Amino acid sequence: MENNVSKSVVENILEVKNLRTYFYTDNGIVKAVDGVNFNLKKGETLGIVGETGSGKSITALTILGLITIPPGKIESGEIIFDGQDLLKLKINNLKHFRGNRISMIFQDPMTSLNPVFTIGNQLIESILTHQKISKKEAYQKALDLLDMVGISDKKRRMKSYPHEFSGGMRQRAMIAMAIANSPSILIADEPTTALDVTIQAQILELIDNLKNKTNSSVILITHDLGVIAKYASRVMVMYAGKPVEFASINDIFYNSIHPYTLGLIGSVSKLNEEKKERLKPIKGTPPSLIDLPKGCTFAPRCKYAIKICKESFPPSIEEESGHFAACFRAKEFLNKSLSRD
Amino acid sequence: MYPSKEDKSKIQNDSDISEIIDESIILEKELDKKYSKSSLYKDAWKRLVRNKLAMIGLAIVIIMAIIAVFAPLIAPYDPNARIKEVSQKGPSMQHWFGTDILGRDIFSRVLYGTRISMLVGVVAVAISLAIGLFLGALSGFFGGISDAVIMRIADIFFAFPYILGAIAIMTVLGPGVLNVFIAIGILGWSSVARLFRSSILSIKEKEYIEAARALGASNSRIIIKHILPNSFAPIVVYSTMNVGTAIIVEAALSFLGLGVQPPTPSWGKMLSESLNYINTAPWLMFFPGLAILITVLGFVLLGDGLRDALDPKLKR
Amino acid sequence: MFYYILKRILQIIPVIIGITILLFVLMYIIPEDPARLILEKGATPQALQNLREKMGIDKPIYVQYWRYIKQLAKGDLGTSYRYRRSVNSILAEHYPNSIKLAFAAIIIETIIGILAGIISAVRKYSFLDVLVTISTTILVCIPVYWLGMLLQIGLGLKLHWLPMSGMGDGSIKYYILPAITLASVSTAFVARITRSTMLDVLSNDYIRTAYAKGLSNNSVIYKHALKNALIPVVTYIGIDLGTLMGGAILTETIFAWPGVGRTIYLAILQRDAPVVIGGTIILVLIFVFLNLIVDIIYAFLDPRIRLEGGSSLDL
Repeated sequence: MENNVSKSVVENILEVKNLRTYFYTDNGIVKAVDGVNFNLKKGETLGIVGETGSGKSITALTILGLITIPPGKIESGEIIFDGQDLLKLKINNLKHFRGNRISMIFQDPMTSLNPVFTIGNQLIESILTHQKISKKEAYQKALDLLDMVGISDKKRRMKSYPHEFSGGMRQRAMIAMAIANSPSILIADEPTTALDVTIQAQILELIDNLKNKTNSSVILITHDLGVIAKYASRVMVMYAGKPVEFASINDIFYNSIHPYTLGLIGSVSKLNEEKKERLKPIKGTPPSLIDLPKGCTFAPRCKYAIKICKESFPPSIEEESGHFAACFRAKEFLNKSLSRD
Repeated sequence: MYPSKEDKSKIQNDSDISEIIDESIILEKELDKKYSKSSLYKDAWKRLVRNKLAMIGLAIVIIMAIIAVFAPLIAPYDPNARIKEVSQKGPSMQHWFGTDILGRDIFSRVLYGTRISMLVGVVAVAISLAIGLFLGALSGFFGGISDAVIMRIADIFFAFPYILGAIAIMTVLGPGVLNVFIAIGILGWSSVARLFRSSILSIKEKEYIEAARALGASNSRIIIKHILPNSFAPIVVYSTMNVGTAIIVEAALSFLGLGVQPPTPSWGKMLSESLNYINTAPWLMFFPGLAILITVLGFVLLGDGLRDALDPKLKR
Repeated sequence: MFYYILKRILQIIPVIIGITILLFVLMYIIPEDPARLILEKGATPQALQNLREKMGIDKPIYVQYWRYIKQLAKGDLGTSYRYRRSVNSILAEHYPNSIKLAFAAIIIETIIGILAGIISAVRKYSFLDVLVTISTTILVCIPVYWLGMLLQIGLGLKLHWLPMSGMGDGSIKYYILPAITLASVSTAFVARITRSTMLDVLSNDYIRTAYAKGLSNNSVIYKHALKNALIPVVTYIGIDLGTLMGGAILTETIFAWPGVGRTIYLAILQRDAPVVIGGTIILVLIFVFLNLIVDIIYAFLDPRIRLEGGSSLDL
């Protein structure tokens, strides 16, 4: 056991095993995250893809222990970081990891910064929370950080309040705070959804550059397959709280063996494609997380669904090396006996 | 009737709204049936019934109203009858709340005191509503000079210390129940007017009002038929709470000797009469004060509950 | 900023004029002859008439009003009918007592109210939260003078811990009961406002960010959440300070506190118009100026507010 752990640490910086995060609401139990497994390698960018409500953000929040309990509850699972199970840590110990070893960038920079404190104040706070240095040194460090994330006129910007920044600038400031303590893992939860299209690319480039510079790992959460294709090396696709396919970027895009992933790819326009095919949206809507259908959660929308799909949920199986899928017919896709229409 | 505030929150997409406009142009009566207010208020009522505190408040209000109406039947003694033998006695089986220096039964006087408090609460709030709704409508609907003048006057009333204002008006009018109605009623109008004005301003530009106007509905008709029902919720909540405030102010005025005059039993007056005896007969001050507290509590709990029921989004 | 303050001060003028007109009309309607108030009962009609002419109260109301306004512009509030002293000196004598009492009450409501509100919000639905909710609801409904009497009986009469009334030598023990009484309703409101805004603020994204930075629970609550939550609370407390200074009539009556509320109240009963009008003008001025100060503090607390675009007297 001891050996196993140390062996996996060498290549995996983070391992999430059988994670279940439920919410107990008046209307019933919301199974927001229901059995998620993945590993994050040192220096890689892992993409998590899914629709709104697929549990990708809750997965990220669970890693940092940011779920409000109650109504939330972590039913089971292990989050192994640096040989330690983060779920077993008391909050007082966990806070030493937050913003220090593992940082997070949130979706909406408009609301994620505290409106009544200056950018400088919030940035210096991030530094001083985890580093024992003087205020003056922290101030200097904060200026360097602003430099790193491409904010000019630094000294004036330190005194600015968030509302005086544009959306892109705020996200840059958020990133500066996130990398203030050179974290091993940077979790970016839809970092560009709330931004203008022109700014989106800049922010993603920035995150990618910083990752390469600091040799940290990134978990990139998005619903945008284009973003994933460009920045991630491996992808986990989530649907209704469960991971349905987990593979390298190539396997996901060219050798997908799960109908939901196929549907996702089919619903995205490809500029470089010659044939002007019509986009094919996935029919139907995601199920309510309170009232999940029996069997495979995707079955009601799946055109490949067979009898067994409606009876039990398919286990996630490593169909080929490093390529996991939770589908009873994955093998048929794999050996091409089932055409990926 | 047109869908009011809560219902509109459910109507989210444009097609729903345009549907309403179309139908309003076809036939108003049809709409009356379709969006019957009864179902809307049934929902609010259901939420209210589920709220335990609001139900306690409602129960208190109903019980106090019953006591006020049937005080002569419930009270064991004439509230003004002086029974010399039992002067200034503590609570006993014969006199539950004790007697005062004149030998009057405090329990009976507290029961009768309900009448003045409930009456002042309801009538004063009705006067505030009448003035406030009228001036608020004038201000919000027509705008311009009338708006500026009315709102500045409202500012003046708002800046004026409430109790001080009531005392000043009572001094001018002289003591008496009727004057208490007027004093408290006049002082309460500015909040109602502000509330009504702002809801008119927000509703005025809505499409279904434009539609009604296009149909040739008169201003007063638009106000009564369309705007009033839509600003119903906040005004009901405010007024319910305000009954409690009016009861407290009436008691304060009577306490200061400016309100209801003896021998009419009034809780505030009973409290001021007890001042000289708090050492020897503390029960004299205890029960009337408790009666005020419980009655006001009833209206406040009910008002809280109504707010939550009528506008679930506001729920804390 | 300067322009904004100037604009706000100019807006106060019509309110003050309105209030003087209102009071003037009210006091004019009272069927009482000031000359009779001043002279002894047996005064001759001629003496009364002479005094009326001297005081100018035989003139029509608008002439009297104009005279009063001219006088007011010079800072002179006139002479009391009863005490035959300048109203300025009467108010100068009683105002400090009211202001001290109001500040004592504000201290209580700020400390206890905010603390109770925070505890209640942070430990939502706990025993303490329920306790705070119940006691604030009851405090809102309690008639202040009844609460004052209960305190007098309990802590003064029965336990002899504190003096029952008066200012005595002005030491702290004389302040405790009247200050608690005066602060009671406001403390409940402060606690309720703090609780609801705190709950509101705690659900914001930037609170999650603060936790994600690795801050301790205390830093998140007392730095990041509290500064945001305090904005509406400070507004309420500022406005309340103005209200407490004028609305202390009942408390001052119960505790025989020689303050301005009681002075104005007695002046109304005695038909002493100059004291009533002068005292009320000062009360309103303080009320309106405190509102202005609150707005300025507001702008410091919340950098998003720009004073230049300030609304009218929407208090």
